[in-house]
Amino acid sequence: MYNVETKLAQIGNRSENVTGTVNPPVYFSTAYRHAGIGQSTGYDYTRTGNPTRELLENAICDLEGGDRGFACSSGMAAIQTILSLFKSGDELIVSKDLYGGTYRLLEQGFKKWGLKSTYINTSNVDVLRSSITSDTKAIFLETPTNPLMEQTDISEVAVLAKEHNILLIVDNTFYTPIIQQPILLGADIVIHSATKYLGGHNDVLAGLIVAKGEEICNELALHHNSAGAVLSPFDSWLLMRGMKTLALRMEKHEENAKQLCTFLESNSAVVDVLYPGRGGMISFRIQDESWVNPFLQSLTLISFAESLGGVESFITYPATQTHADIPEEIRIETGVCNRLLRFSVGIENINDLIKDLDKAFSIAQGLAKEVTTI
Amino acid sequence: MSLEYTFETKLLHNKHKYDPETGAVSVPIQHASTFHQKDIDQFGKYDYSRSLNPTREALEEVMAELEEGTRAFAFSSGMAAISTAFLLLSQGDHVVITEDVYGGTYRMVTTVLNRFGIEHTFVDMTNLEEVEAAIQPNTKLFYVETPSNPLLKVTDIRAISDLAKKHGALTFVDNTFLTPALQKPLNLGADVVLHSATKFLSGHSDVIAGVAVVKDEALAARLGALQNSFGAVLGVQDCWLLLRGIKTLHVRMKHSSEGAKEIATYLRNHPLIKNVYYPGFEDHPQYDIQSKQATSPGAVFSFELHNEEQMRSFVEHLELPVFAVSLGAVESILSYPAKMSHAAMDPIARQERGITDSLLRLSVGLENPQDLINDIENALQKTAEPLLK
Repeated sequence: MYNVETKLAQIGNRSENVTGTVNPPVYFSTAYRHAGIGQSTGYDYTRTGNPTRELLENAICDLEGGDRGFACSSGMAAIQTILSLFKSGDELIVSKDLYGGTYRLLEQGFKKWGLKSTYINTSNVDVLRSSITSDTKAIFLETPTNPLMEQTDISEVAVLAKEHNILLIVDNTFYTPIIQQPILLGADIVIHSATKYLGGHNDVLAGLIVAKGEEICNELALHHNSAGAVLSPFDSWLLMRGMKTLALRMEKHEENAKQLCTFLESNSAVVDVLYPGRGGMISFRIQDESWVNPFLQSLTLISFAESLGGVESFITYPATQTHADIPEEIRIETGVCNRLLRFSVGIENINDLIKDLDKAFSIAQGLAKEVTTI
Repeated sequence: MSLEYTFETKLLHNKHKYDPETGAVSVPIQHASTFHQKDIDQFGKYDYSRSLNPTREALEEVMAELEEGTRAFAFSSGMAAISTAFLLLSQGDHVVITEDVYGGTYRMVTTVLNRFGIEHTFVDMTNLEEVEAAIQPNTKLFYVETPSNPLLKVTDIRAISDLAKKHGALTFVDNTFLTPALQKPLNLGADVVLHSATKFLSGHSDVIAGVAVVKDEALAARLGALQNSFGAVLGVQDCWLLLRGIKTLHVRMKHSSEGAKEIATYLRNHPLIKNVYYPGFEDHPQYDIQSKQATSPGAVFSFELHNEEQMRSFVEHLELPVFAVSLGAVESILSYPAKMSHAAMDPIARQERGITDSLLRLSVGLENPQDLINDIENALQKTAEPLLK
C-alpha cells in the first residue's frame, strides 16, 4: 500500500496495456460497439459508464476508502444525486452553517417535494440527538462548516447515526481526503465540490460522491445514471490532472494559511480569525463594515471572487456571494455577518500575500477615517 | 506589476491572471484560426493564429517573464523550438556543441544542419580549454545543456557566454532539466534559452511542447520572424494545458528535487550501484558551479549498475517508476539512455561519452520518496539474490 502522494501521482497510470500510455486517454465516445447480443464490453453508453470517468471514480473511491465513486457535473449535481435516495415525508438534519447553494436546493427545491430539512448546530451532539425524529433518514454535515469553520466530530455523529439507523453524509470539500477521510470515521457517503481543492486550478466544475455499502452504492448508481448529471470525459481527465498535485498543493495551502492566521490576528483592522487548525480556508471579521469594500478593492494580488480551493488566493464576501440565498436575519443570526470575509489561501509566496493584505488594510482604514470626518 | 513578486507568486499572478472582459480567472482558449479585421488598411494585432494567437501569447508572455527575457516563443515540440532557433544560423556557420547533448539535438546537428552547410564540433563544455581550442573564425554559436543529459555534467553558463561574446557568437542554453524555477540562463549571459516544455514546465506527461526565450529585442524579432515563417507553433489547447502546468511548477520542482537528493544519496551507498551522477553531491566535479548558477541540483540524476545483466534484472523488478522515454513528470520516469534518449547517437560515440549499457536515468516525480526508495530497495534485493547463491 502506497502513501497518498504516491497514489495521487500515479492516478490513471498503467490504465491500459495496448500502447503503454502513462497518461490515460480521454474517451469522448458516447457509445460502445458490442460483439453480439448480450456481449457488452462493460461499456454501453457514456452516461452509464465511461472509461475515463471510471478512472477518476476509482481514484476518489480509493482515496476516501469507500466502495464506489461517482463523478457528477458539479458539486450541486452530486448533492442532488444523493437527495434522490429520499422520498416525500423523509426528514434530514443539516448543518445550520452550510453552503448557500445546498440551502437553496433544499428549501426551494426538495421542500416542494416533501423532503423536510432541520437546520441545527451539528457540532453539538446533544442537540443533534434531540433533533432526530422517527422520519429522520439522514444527517448531512459540513465539517469544517462554510464559512464559520466549525468542526463536528464525525466519529461521534456516526455512532449516533448507526444507533438510529440513519445515513451520515459528509461534505468533505474543505479538507479533502488528504486531511480527513469521513468514511473511515463511520460516514456512509462523502461528497465533494471537486471544483475546489481536488481540481485546484479554478478551471473545472465537478462534483464527486463516494459511498460505502453495496445497497447504497447500487441505489446511487441507479440515480447517477437515471438523472444523468454525470461529469464529461474531458473534465474527468482535467480533474485527475489536478488531483496529481493535490498533496503538494494542500501542504502549501496549509503552511500559508497558518502563517496568515498569525498575521491577521495581529492586524488592528481584524477582530475575529476563524481557522479550524488544518487546510487552507480562513474566515475573518473586519472591525468596521464600511472598510469591507475599500479593502476588497485595494487588493491587487488576491482576487475578489466566489469559489475556493484554487492555486490562486481568493477572498469571498459570503453576505453577497456564497450565502446570498439565505435570508438575511437567518444569515446574521448564524454568524455570517456583513463584516465576515472568507479567505481561500493560495500557493503564492507568503510574503507577497502578507504585503497585499497589509496594504489593503491600511488603505481601507484610511478611507474609513476620511468618511467619518466628512 | 508582477515584477515585484517572488517567483512562485509570479507563476500564478501575471498579466493574464484574469480576463479583462469577463474577469475569468483561467485564460480562455481561443480556437479561432483567423480574426475579423475592422479596417481595410489598418489590420488589428491579431490576424492569423500562426502569427499570433491570444492564448499562445499569454503563454509566451508568462514564459518571457519567468525566464526574465523580453520575448518567448511557443513551439509544437522541444525539437521544433531547437530546430527553429538553429535557423538563426546561415550556411558556412560553425557551432561548438556539448558532446553529451540530447540525442534528438545530436541527430538534428549531424544529419540535417550539415546538409545546409552548417558545421559543428563536439566538445566537453565543462573543459574551457577544449572549448576555446574548438573555436573557428566562423564560429557563430555555442550550444549548452546544463546539467547535461544523461551524465549531469555542469557547464559554467557565465564563462561560456563571456567566451561567445568575445568571439561575436551566440549562446543557446537548453534549460529543460532545471526550468527558471531553479536556473535563469539569460541572467548569466545566454542569448536564447530553450525548453522541451513537455518536461517539468508542463509536468503531467500530457503535452508535447517547446519554448524559446530571448532577451535581446533585435534577436527576438529575428526568432519571431522564423517562428512565423517556419510555423511550428504550439496549438492553443496545448498552450492552455502548459499554462495550467506552470501554475504548480514551484511546488513540483521543490518536491521532486528533495526526493532526488534522498534517492541519489540512498543509491550511492548501495553496493550494486557503481556510480551515481548527481550535481548535488559535494564531490561532483562541478558542484561549485552548480551551486553558484542554480538554486538546486534538480530532480534528475543518472546511475550505473555494474553490468547490463544486473541493470536488466533491476529494471524488471521495479514496480513504481514508469520505464519510458521522457522526464519531468508527476510520475517518476526511469529511462535507459542507450536505447532511448541517446539511441540516435552512434554506439561508439555513446560509449566514448560514458553512456554505457548499464546506465539508467531517473526523473523523480511527485510520489512519496520513501515509496520510491522501498521499491528500488526491493528491486536491488531481487537483483542481488542470484549473486548470493
